[in-house]
Amino acid sequence: MAAVKKFQSILKNKEVSRPLITYAMVILAYLIIQVLISGGILSNLLQGLLVPLCIYSIAAVGLNLCVGYLGELSIGHAGFMCVGAFTSAFFTKCTMNSGMNEMVRFLIALVIGILCAALAGYLIGIPVLRLRGDYLAIVTLAFGEIIMNLINVVFIGRDSRGFHFSMKDSVSLNLEEDGEAIMNGAKGIMRIPHQSSFTIGIILLLISLFVCYQLVNSRTGRAIMAIRDNRIAAESVGIDITRFKLLAFTISAAIAGAAGVLYGHNLATLIATPANFGYNMSIMILVFVILGGMGNFRGSVIAAVVLTLLPELLRGLSDYRMLMYSIILIIMMLYNWSPKIIAFRERHFRGKLHKKEEKEVA
Amino acid sequence: MPLLEVRNLSISFGGLKAVDTFELEIEKNQLYGLIGPNGAGKTTVFNMLTGVYKPDEGYIALDGQDLIGMKTIDINKAGIARTFQNIRLFSEQSVLDNVKIGLHNEYPYSTLTGIFRLPRYHKMEKAMNEKAMELLKVFELDKKADVLASNLPYGDQRKLEIARALATNPKLLLLDEPAAGMNPNETQELMDTIRFVRDNFDMTILLIEHDMRLVSGICEEITVLNFGQILASGETKTVLKNPEVIKAYLGE
Repeated sequence: MAAVKKFQSILKNKEVSRPLITYAMVILAYLIIQVLISGGILSNLLQGLLVPLCIYSIAAVGLNLCVGYLGELSIGHAGFMCVGAFTSAFFTKCTMNSGMNEMVRFLIALVIGILCAALAGYLIGIPVLRLRGDYLAIVTLAFGEIIMNLINVVFIGRDSRGFHFSMKDSVSLNLEEDGEAIMNGAKGIMRIPHQSSFTIGIILLLISLFVCYQLVNSRTGRAIMAIRDNRIAAESVGIDITRFKLLAFTISAAIAGAAGVLYGHNLATLIATPANFGYNMSIMILVFVILGGMGNFRGSVIAAVVLTLLPELLRGLSDYRMLMYSIILIIMMLYNWSPKIIAFRERHFRGKLHKKEEKEVA
Repeated sequence: MPLLEVRNLSISFGGLKAVDTFELEIEKNQLYGLIGPNGAGKTTVFNMLTGVYKPDEGYIALDGQDLIGMKTIDINKAGIARTFQNIRLFSEQSVLDNVKIGLHNEYPYSTLTGIFRLPRYHKMEKAMNEKAMELLKVFELDKKADVLASNLPYGDQRKLEIARALATNPKLLLLDEPAAGMNPNETQELMDTIRFVRDNFDMTILLIEHDMRLVSGICEEITVLNFGQILASGETKTVLKNPEVIKAYLGE
């Protein structure tokens, strides 16, 4: 009985129960999909979507930390994904023939990708976080585009003499006969071993959720939210604004980097185009965050999953597909944000809400 | 030696001399009032004391420590905490969390300790919760600890701001119009609270106020500002009888 009571008291404490329910939902969704795969029910098309689902979810969770908790609108997070993807893929490519264990190599690549994205976030954060609101959004957008365009002109090759670097073309790398261009400017990195899997994606998603939930329910998280709620008051009680803003932005960028690593090892060829690392992607992730609810990590994951699956599930409607997509988008937005509907929900669905959300994920 | 010593403090905004050669001396454990008509420069003095504005010239010392040129957060660490004229709470967070944010520097632990819930996290959070509840009890807010700060009634929001400022363990507490918008009953209650804080926390308090009942009821000494300059200063009763002061407040 005592154990049951303790369990009930844990569930009553929202700070504890909210993360637990989210983890449980993610694991449940994973198990259901594994069963569907082994039963041969899931089409190849949908199976191909599983890793991207994880990528978008992770990126959305990371961005939510920046938008929902720090309160700063960043539309350059695709740039940090780009950094994570390319640096990790570059490492993997360099060590491909060294006979290293594949799993160890991927783990090192993951760490490198995350660290590089964090470093990029830190460096960009220093000037950018001096700004606020719309100005900050515009500058993050610019930095995101700059990162993508920079990657497109970098050429790095390797031969028996070591590494060669150029920003002109692959010929000016002056490679020896035995050399190979690893990063090929706009052609990107080719023939990367396919190492991302749905399982790895889910594990990374769980880790990201864990880090974010633990962070926001700690001293650091309170400081970050204090800055969001009232900067002047936060300063007056001795909170170092610059430090905690930079910290939140860096962690947010690092998580986007993790999503990028997953992306970089999911396809054989990694190219930075406006579609995958440009502002389209940044806006898409921002849509997940805003629809899912700012400051609500679980909502980010649900929105990422629903909005990525929708176009595929609606394929049967052919021409009406995008029409339906936008209608559902508007309905979701109203459902999440209209004050009247929120009041209605509070009155009627208090207990049923969790079940409903679980259904949406599965 | 006075706890707070201010000499020759001046600041201009463009052509306007907002505060001109302001002087102030507050002894430890004193309740000091700063009054004056609207636009006299009272809040500007507070903003200079807390490092929000940089004075053009002058000298500010707390307990002998020179505060000129220090940043707001360092001045808070040195021992000055404040409340605001227009209440500035962390409105999206609970009453308890508001006070815990005030305790930010009192019970430190690193970000990694927080993420991985190391033993120090539990120890510090427990101490923080206890301290915060203790403070809330003083202001009779302990039963509302889980309420969102923005959902508190106005009087309680004022009290919570004082509790949060006290959480930073200051030597000097600055209250900017604590009774603004309160009815006579609430003001009376606030006066008791301020006295209680002074006696029980061994606190020195400097307050800006328009409510003369509050000022004459609790302040031992006051300084009157008018158009950025000191009009009178000294014991409350004497200063309030000064014809210059009455003229500045009521007109001729």
